[in-house]
Amino acid sequence: MSTRVRSIALLVGLALLLVFPLVGDRFYVQFFSKILIMTIFAGSLNLLVGYTGLISLGHAAFFGIAGYILALYSPDTAAAGLLTSLLLSVGGAALLALLIGSLVVRTGGIFFIMATLAFAEMLFYLFHDTAIAGGSDGIYIYQRPTLMIAGWQPLDLANIVHFYYLVLFFSLAAIVSIHTLLRSPFGKVIVGIRVNEQRMRALGFHTYRYKLVCFVIAGALAGLAGYLAASQFGVVNPEMLGWHLSGSVLMMVILGGMGTLVGPVLGAFSLMMLEEGFQSITKHWQLLTGAVIVLVALYLPRGFAGLLPKRTGNKTLPPRSKGGTGSSAAVDRPYV
Amino acid sequence: MDPHIFLIQLLNGVQYGLLLFLVASGLTLIFGIMGVINLAHGSFYMLGAYLAWSLTAQLGNFWLALLSGFVLSVVLGMLLEWLFIRHLYRRDHLQQVLLTYGLILIFSELRSIVWGDDVHSVAVPALLAGSIPLTETLAYPVYRIWLSIICVVLAAGMYYLIQHTRLGMMIRAGASNREMTQSLGIDIGLLYRLVFAFGIALAAFAGMLAAPVSSVYPGMGNQVLIICFVVVVIGGIGSVKGAMAAALLIGLVDTFGKVVEFEIGGFRVLPELAGMSVFVMMAIVLLWRPEGLFGARLR
Repeated sequence: MSTRVRSIALLVGLALLLVFPLVGDRFYVQFFSKILIMTIFAGSLNLLVGYTGLISLGHAAFFGIAGYILALYSPDTAAAGLLTSLLLSVGGAALLALLIGSLVVRTGGIFFIMATLAFAEMLFYLFHDTAIAGGSDGIYIYQRPTLMIAGWQPLDLANIVHFYYLVLFFSLAAIVSIHTLLRSPFGKVIVGIRVNEQRMRALGFHTYRYKLVCFVIAGALAGLAGYLAASQFGVVNPEMLGWHLSGSVLMMVILGGMGTLVGPVLGAFSLMMLEEGFQSITKHWQLLTGAVIVLVALYLPRGFAGLLPKRTGNKTLPPRSKGGTGSSAAVDRPYV
Repeated sequence: MDPHIFLIQLLNGVQYGLLLFLVASGLTLIFGIMGVINLAHGSFYMLGAYLAWSLTAQLGNFWLALLSGFVLSVVLGMLLEWLFIRHLYRRDHLQQVLLTYGLILIFSELRSIVWGDDVHSVAVPALLAGSIPLTETLAYPVYRIWLSIICVVLAAGMYYLIQHTRLGMMIRAGASNREMTQSLGIDIGLLYRLVFAFGIALAAFAGMLAAPVSSVYPGMGNQVLIICFVVVVIGGIGSVKGAMAAALLIGLVDTFGKVVEFEIGGFRVLPELAGMSVFVMMAIVLLWRPEGLFGARLR
């Protein structure tokens, strides 16, 4: 696909997303808001999985904690201020990512997968077993956050069209900032770490710090997604931190095609629309979702993005070099 | 704490730990030998428990159900390895995560289609239905003691098989150098198929053994999977010895964590945090020894 066709396709897609709420059904405006939130979430995980080579199976921790912060901060009888609550939620998620990241980034490979999962579960049990925020039932947000500037209310998240545009704005902003980040020297270093961490260390980069910063950025972005999800549904429960969500967002990243900018968008749209379609066919829709996931794992190693024709003269991400990740002696078994 | 209650909790903790070991050892072996991360491992625990329930009802005998369930799981494991897992050996961990996550969804729906979503219980076999009296009011069920003994016997058998038999030697050789082992004329494909089949059969067997002491419910696989990850991280990936130590540690911490409530009465915070305690322990181990207690040193 030439660059021109590609840009036209992107513009048409964007235009469709922009006019959609003006013509679309209420249900679908909400459904698409939900998908767009997931593109932010999947994009943040892609930063770790696709670009840095850190496979996190506990990314919902940051998504969920941001939702909980919004729920706990929101007063029962009034709406929370958008800016303050957003800053608190995203900041809280980033802080949690710093805390968990400083521990898990010490490990690599398969340890990283299990450790991230376990920390997220720790948080899950904290909210599930104690009475901090409604226990296993969760907690309601009675009034959605609003933006108030001197008595003028430009944005009310209870309005689904307002909400849709806000989510669309954040999702585009997230993609653009991930793109900018990756083109920066910092981005080159994290991609270098994925390809060969030992070499980056030999070149004098303090890879631990780079990975940690990346983990915190990804956590903050996941927090943004969690904040939006909590304000959309008006309820936060431990499932928001659970490993099922971490698993399905990871599926979105891998299905879409990790390490590509469009991958998470493609993954979020295809997985959520497939699930919606399967749910209308059968009660046992997860069987079909599972089958699709298995088939993609077997036959489409580069995900759905691998189906798109390659950009001419495009530089694709270099593959991870064999046996040189230096992430873990136990993982780099001699015959790999 | 009353010494009898302490003894009961100690036995419970050890029994829970040994059961965890059966599940976790399969997970750690499959990773250590084949390099495959199997997220669907917990599903086999769940399937095992449902198999025990349904086969006991069909055959009318728990022991026959146990035996036929084990054989069925080995066959299922070989089939799955042949169908899916063998395509993953040379792939990234990510594809393994993707595929085995898909398998979780498939198995959970298949269970729902075949057996429904209800919670069931399996009767303790008549032979082991009694309990050993400790005091006038306290007694300990024979089945739980038998369960612990079976787990220890299986662990010892596994150790002997891997360390002292020709098959074990081949497996260890295959783990350290796949190509070299193959060029010595050993059918590495078959070897891996056997390891995978026995690994998941161990998980299924643990599920079958657990069926009479816990209830049989849909979410049991995921719950045990997460705990097993903690066991494997604490013990060191690929280390069976580590899995044993970590499983016992977690069994005891979890069991005693839940009964501290008795101890301190009014102080209600601790038992509620028991669910978290194992994860806190894992965090400490990761800080202190990122490679786990018995894992190979990183770097």
